[in-house]
Amino acid sequence: MKANRFWSWAFLALGVLYFALPLIGTFEFSMKMRRGVYSLDAYWAVLADPRFQATFTYSVMMALATIVVGVLLVVPTAYWVRLKLPGWRPYLEFVTLLPLVIPPIVIVFGYIRLYNTSSWLPLTGTALGTNILLMFGYVVLSLPYMYRAVDTGLRAIDVRTLTEAAESLGAGWLTIMWRVILPNVLVAVLSGAFLTFAIVIGEFVLAALLNRPAFGPYLQLIGANRAYEPAALAVIAFAITWGCMALIQVVSRFAPRAPTQPH
Amino acid sequence: MTDASAAALPAPPPARRARISFAWVGIVPFLAFAVLFLIMPTLHIVTGAFRNPAGEFTLVNIANLFQPSIIAAYWISIRISVASAFLGCLIGFMLAWAVVLGGLPGWVRSPLLTFSGVASNFAGVPLAFAFLATFGRLGLVTLILRDWFGINLYGMGFNILSFGGLTLTYLFFQIPLMVLIVTPALDGMRREWREAASILGATSFQYWRMVALPILWPTLLGTFALLFANSFGAVATAYALTGSSLSIVPILLFAQIRGDVLQDPHLGYALAFGMIVITGIANFVYIWLRARSERWVK
Repeated sequence: MKANRFWSWAFLALGVLYFALPLIGTFEFSMKMRRGVYSLDAYWAVLADPRFQATFTYSVMMALATIVVGVLLVVPTAYWVRLKLPGWRPYLEFVTLLPLVIPPIVIVFGYIRLYNTSSWLPLTGTALGTNILLMFGYVVLSLPYMYRAVDTGLRAIDVRTLTEAAESLGAGWLTIMWRVILPNVLVAVLSGAFLTFAIVIGEFVLAALLNRPAFGPYLQLIGANRAYEPAALAVIAFAITWGCMALIQVVSRFAPRAPTQPH
Repeated sequence: MTDASAAALPAPPPARRARISFAWVGIVPFLAFAVLFLIMPTLHIVTGAFRNPAGEFTLVNIANLFQPSIIAAYWISIRISVASAFLGCLIGFMLAWAVVLGGLPGWVRSPLLTFSGVASNFAGVPLAFAFLATFGRLGLVTLILRDWFGINLYGMGFNILSFGGLTLTYLFFQIPLMVLIVTPALDGMRREWREAASILGATSFQYWRMVALPILWPTLLGTFALLFANSFGAVATAYALTGSSLSIVPILLFAQIRGDVLQDPHLGYALAFGMIVITGIANFVYIWLRARSERWVK
């Protein structure tokens, strides 16, 4: 058992080394902009760049729109399937897993061919249309995570009883969704939302191929032209990802657990 | 329904039919969205791969894939994906094993899993920057090895913009994904199995070969397939790392969509179709093996 524990520590140490080195290396590199001393110059240079502000704002807006549309699409559907169409669950689950099977680059290739200016739905013809198409693409990319999160959240509550109780008190469908179901799965929705945010904020392929001024293509552009700013941007991106995951952890503490609810 | 009973027909069938058609309506928005923005674009690519510009059925596009440069791109993509999936599985398994069964204190587990959640989502362009800043020509590790140990990484033939470099970079999200998937599977390994084996006189090696691995192998192989598909479809990291200097399939397709090379769009369809086939096979292997392995994890 002693030898066992030694090897465990050895593996863990190697793992920590592999994962820590790039983070330390990036952080160290990002502070080397001024010759000879460590400074935060690269960060100031990045934050002062108007293109950083513009693309970052654009991607944040995109992420928020994606979350709203994703929630509006997924929550009623997952609820409805649990309540009325349990037989459909495997098929729907399959559809929501498809974005993991089909590479995003293939999906966006399809968009470009299917919704170009000469098609029946010329979404790429205008900036607004392309934004909407990009947002729908992000909803598709986030579908596996969002659907799984909401479905797990719905499993923890008694959908049927809650619905019948609300109906017997005279609530309509909108009231049930908004005031009964959504508050109960809010924690699940939020963890799905934070994950979506982390995915959308740095996404590159869809934005680059649809030619939108998002944060991902900006990152790539800076990476191709500058030395120290990319490292600073990588640190910022990692901090955002870490922040989203931390929020998921914090939020999921408040999740309702199935057996603890006395009915 | 009142009509049906008034006509003295058997009541259940019409009632059931009416309810199904009504309930079905509730998921129409979702289905319409999925068809419009997920299924139709994909089908368009797939059917496009089997059509010539005039819209007639043809196998020429698929046949055109078998030219040396495209075969080479697929081959290096597959090699990188296999290498990063295999090493990701191996190292991720060892890490998970060390934490779950290796006798490490309990406080190690939660930070490792949280970090895995972060790192498995930390892909794309920033990851490429991180590795350039660490293993690039002026990166931290390169400089430390050179100044402190006298080892010249790049003199030894290492290059971050290569097969080895890309694999090393992909491992940053592959290993954590493996840790996240295999930890629950290792949790499901009952202590009783190990005790029963050792009471029967099995050595540790025999326990692993005859009990643990047969139970775990669907999970391991399935996760391997998932990791394979995960790195096969990754574009952003590779593109930010290598530009278009390393011709892997997603980068070739990216350049084709941008209009840089290969002016034949139907060859692009065929390239994309090839990607779907490969990631599709890998994912179905994963789903199938996962269903098998869930028999043991109750």
